[in-house]
This record gives sequence, structure tokens and C-alpha cells, in this order.
Amino acid sequence: MTRSTVSGATAAPRSRRSRAPGRLAFLGPGLAYLIVLLLVPLALLLSYTVFRRGRFGGVVYEVTGENFTRLLDPLYLGVIASSLKLATIATVIALLVGYPTAYLIAQLPRKWKTVALVAIVLPFWTNFLVRIYAWIVLLSGPGLVNSTLEGLGLGPFEFLYNQGTIVTGLVYSYLPLMVLPLYAAIERLDPQLREASANLGARPARTFVSVTLPLTLPGVVTGCLFVFVPSFGNFIIPELLGGGRSIMVGNLVRDQFLKARDWPFGSTLALALLAVLVVLLLLQAWSARRA
Amino acid sequence: MSRSRYTRRLPAAALAAGLALAVSACGGEAADPAAPAASASSAQLNPNADLSKQSVTISVWDGYTPKELPQEIKEKLKVDLKVTLHATNEEIMAKLTAGADTGLDVAFVSGQYAQALNEAGLLEPIHPELIPNLANLYPEAKELSYDKGNTFSVPYTWGTTGICYRTDLVKTPPTSWNDILNPPAEAKKKVTMMTTERWLALPALKVLGYSVNTRSDEELAKAKEKLLEAKPNLLAYDDTTFGARLTKGEAAMVVAWDGWCPTSEENVKFVIPKEGSDLWVDTMVVLKSSKNKEAAHAFINHILDPKVHGWAASNILYKVPNKAAMDIVDADLKAKNTPLQMTPADLLQGESIIDLGEDSVKFTKLATEVAAQQ
Repeated sequence: MTRSTVSGATAAPRSRRSRAPGRLAFLGPGLAYLIVLLLVPLALLLSYTVFRRGRFGGVVYEVTGENFTRLLDPLYLGVIASSLKLATIATVIALLVGYPTAYLIAQLPRKWKTVALVAIVLPFWTNFLVRIYAWIVLLSGPGLVNSTLEGLGLGPFEFLYNQGTIVTGLVYSYLPLMVLPLYAAIERLDPQLREASANLGARPARTFVSVTLPLTLPGVVTGCLFVFVPSFGNFIIPELLGGGRSIMVGNLVRDQFLKARDWPFGSTLALALLAVLVVLLLLQAWSARRA
Repeated sequence: MSRSRYTRRLPAAALAAGLALAVSACGGEAADPAAPAASASSAQLNPNADLSKQSVTISVWDGYTPKELPQEIKEKLKVDLKVTLHATNEEIMAKLTAGADTGLDVAFVSGQYAQALNEAGLLEPIHPELIPNLANLYPEAKELSYDKGNTFSVPYTWGTTGICYRTDLVKTPPTSWNDILNPPAEAKKKVTMMTTERWLALPALKVLGYSVNTRSDEELAKAKEKLLEAKPNLLAYDDTTFGARLTKGEAAMVVAWDGWCPTSEENVKFVIPKEGSDLWVDTMVVLKSSKNKEAAHAFINHILDPKVHGWAASNILYKVPNKAAMDIVDADLKAKNTPLQMTPADLLQGESIIDLGEDSVKFTKLATEVAAQQ
């Protein structure tokens, strides 16, 4: 496709002019996709935040600031705060579990590395919902874990439907997204740097803190972001593993759109969510530039 | 049957009637919300119109009408029927209220949504002379508070909400919504309530003797207290998988819509608590924008044919407000699925859920507050 465009530009010298359509052809589909499916809806979403919900649901185009006043209601701020808390806990746990895993994989012989990496992404081959339901099957009152424990004379325990299970579900779902960027960062690390550090008399712990960790920090930040972002906006896990007993900001947005049919307020909540994420992305960009 | 979970989602559209109605909201059936709005002008329809020149497009929940319906309609009425699907009331409401002509002739929506659509002036009044099969409906089916006399909607299915429970997991059968809100020791942490706001609030409102259509902040605040007290004893909030939880034994008592309670299982029973409950109705409406109104009425008439209408009762296990249709439902099936035995009089005990318009956000907030409380 590109070629025909280029050769079509007959006599022109094959320099700058012929390259522009070529570039456009490469960029075009992605750009069109982003504009049509991301920027336009985002602009619509932004514009809804200043309007009112109609009596029948829809959007009434009367400018108002009431959505933002409502956002400041302690009820909604509380939900946002608790979502931040749950997502942060999940991210920290994923980092603590993911870093050693990624480190270990990076040290493996080449053949085993591939096996380990495939194993890490393997869960993604199964539908997300199915995997979440699997946790319910495992952990529910009459579930597999409890019936096994009961066989041993223990329990039954109430594993499910609390904030602990929400965090467990979040960590489980997004751990691979932590491991992969960490692995990429650790793998890239020149082993000679660590050797140099050791030669200069640093103990392994010192080497890790002063050499390995700073150099893999961009991977840490990326991994944390990959876990935090989907965790923060999640609504399926709180509903299924949390039993609907706690809500996160994702549930709030979903309910405004699908149940209350209050698109303006739903958009305002989504905007708040987006604002938090943009701040985080800026922080990541900043830390990446420093690294 | 899977589609039905969404049919009765939050009524978020409007109610025109004034303050008087808002104040009278407590106790019994609220005033007639079908106050005349924009739907006064009805088209002149020709009873002898040549239907073969018309086609009908409907929007309905998946699996809610027989698969062979288009062929049947073609054979009987010479009308081409196109079936489109919606997953939720909200989805079809968004489509219909967006302003543009949707090309739809007939839509299936729950009663309170039909009410809102009518108030928005989007519905064609029902022309009873074109639907002789209306005679098949129970007299009670003309007494539905969102549309007395079926002026703009024709009921398709109806039912109520109650307690579905395992006889082997509770010592005494539940009789009151209090058994859900304050469960006996053996059922603690083995109870589920609905997540959708109107049904979440229902047990608390009924225990307090309030209307399910209340708009009073004070009453809703009291209901909230009850719901928060109940929360520690609940297993989960669930309006999709409660039936499975019950059969697995994860739950002992769940708040359930009648057609959803797996009463064909040996140990499962359904009861309407003594404080009373709601009455929900899924209806058919003809859109004002339809260019095939005669065929649309003929379509509704065909649905009310006992054989066609009876299909819904036999296959999705929802009661239909059609006497002739209920009479031909297999006796074994009725014996196995006790909610099918409920009479129209039983159902009419329930309070119809009507649309609360602007005040529906109060219920949304209530549900958020209950869910957010730790």
C-alpha cells in the first residue's frame, strides 16, 4: 500500500516529500484508531462532566458544577481513598513477590528462562472471569480448600468476601504484569557491574541496594504502574471476590453508567480516576528520565 | 433465563406527577403514576391495513421469545419480523431516549420503564380493538399501578421477590424479611441480598412498613440503618448467582426473584415474607415513531395467543398474565416449580415498583453507602 503511494508521486525527488506519505501510512491506522476510539470518547466524557442527568437518564445539556460538588461528598472520597489503599497494598505485595521471581528468572539458563516466562504469562490464556470464579470455587465455604481442611479437622474458615480476598485477587491477576517489566530490567543489567561492585568489596546486600536496585528502578516503576492502574479501576474483583461487600471506584463508575444511568456523574468519577492515573504516569515519566 | 437478571434493573427514568404524589408515597400502592403526559394524540390506525406491506422490528432480551417466532409471524401474519436484542432496560432506554428514530416498532421493557417512556411521549397508546387477545389476560393484569387499564403497555411476564431457602440448612422456615436482615444463628454468613438498589432496599423498607416507592429521606435513612445492621451477617450481595450459591450450600437463604429460585431442587423452597413484597412486570410497548403500527399491534396480539404466551411460562419459568396461557402449562412443571402456582391475586398483593425520576438517585446513593460501609 505504501509503495503505490510513493511511486504515484511521480517526478518528485525521493527525499522529504516522498517520505511524508510513507510515514503517514505507517502512522495512520494507529493514529486514526487513537483519535476515533480514544480521544473522541474522552472528549465526550469530559464534556459530560459539566452537564446534568435528565429525568429519563440521558444527558441534559445545561451547564452545572453539581457533579464536582457531589464528588467531594465524603462518601465518594472515601471510596476513592479505599480504592487507593487496596490498589497500593496489592502493588506492594506484587512487587515483593515479583522482584525475587523476576531476579531468579533472569539468572536461569536461556532454555529455562523461556519456560519460566511462558509459565508467567500462561494464566492470560484463560479468561479472566473464569480464573476469578475459580478462586470462589477454591475458597468458598463448601469449597475445595475448606473441605480439605475439614478433612484434617480444621476450619471451616471464611476466606471469601472481604478486603483481604480483594487484594489476593488483585495480586493474583496482575502479578505477571509486575514480573515481566522487572525481568526485562534485570535481564538487561550488565553482570560485570555487579562483579565490579563485589570486587570493590561490597557485600551482596550492598551491591543490590547500590547497583542492582537503582539500575532496575525504571522496571520497578513500570511494573508497579502496570499493577496499580488496573487494580485501582477494577470492579469485577470487588464484586466477585469481595462479594459486593466493599466497593472500589470502578464499581462506582460502572454503577453510575449501568444502573443509575447518571452519565454526567459517572463521567465525573471517571475523570477523577483518570486524574489520579495521569499524575502517576507523569511520575513514571519523570523517574524514567532520571534513570 | 439468563437474560432476565437485567430486566428489572434500577428504574431511573421519570415520574411526572407532582409533589402531592411525592408526599403520599408511603403505604400501599402509590397514586396512579400513569398521569397523562405527552401521549394524548393517538394515530388513526386502519384495522384492515395490508400487513404484508409492513414489517416489525422488536427489541427484546435474549431468549425471552421463542426462536421460531419470525417464521411463525411470517406464516400467520405475512409480516417480516426482525428481532434485535438488548441486555438491560438501561440499554434499550438509552437507545429510545437518544432522540433519533431507532427503527424499532415494539420494545420489551419493565413496567416502570414503560411508564417513563410514556411520560417522555415516546409511546403509541395501545389500540385495544387491534388486539382481541387482550381478552386472554387476567382482569388483575389491567390493575398494574404504572399503567392502569393497559393504556400504553401490554404485560408479558410478571412476578415478585421473596426468600428462596434451603429447608435442610435452616431450622425454621423463614416467614419475614427480618429472617434475612437478622438471620438465625445457623444461617449467619449464609444469607445474600440483592445488589440492585431497589431490591436491596426492599426487605428493609417492608420490615419498616414503608412503600418500596418511598421518596422520603427519613424513611430511606431508617432503611439504611437496617441494611447496615444486616451487613455483618451477610455472605455477599448478589443478584446473579444466588441460585447457584443456594444449591451448592454456600448460602442458606437468599433474596430472590420467584422465577430464579431453583425450587425444582429437592431442598429449595420459595416464600413471600409476611410483610409483603413487590410486583414486577415486563411489558411490550409500541413506539410512537413506528411506521408499522398496525403490524406492531398484530404482533402483540400474536404474542398473547395462549400457545405463544404459554411458551414463556414453560420455558423461562416466569408467570405470564394470560389465563388461557397459564392453563395450558404442564401440570408437572407447575408442581415442581412452586412459584408458577402463585395466583394473580397473590401477585397483586405486591407493590408495583414505579419509576421515581429524580428521586431514584436517592436509592443509588443508599446502595453506595451500604456497600462502602466496612
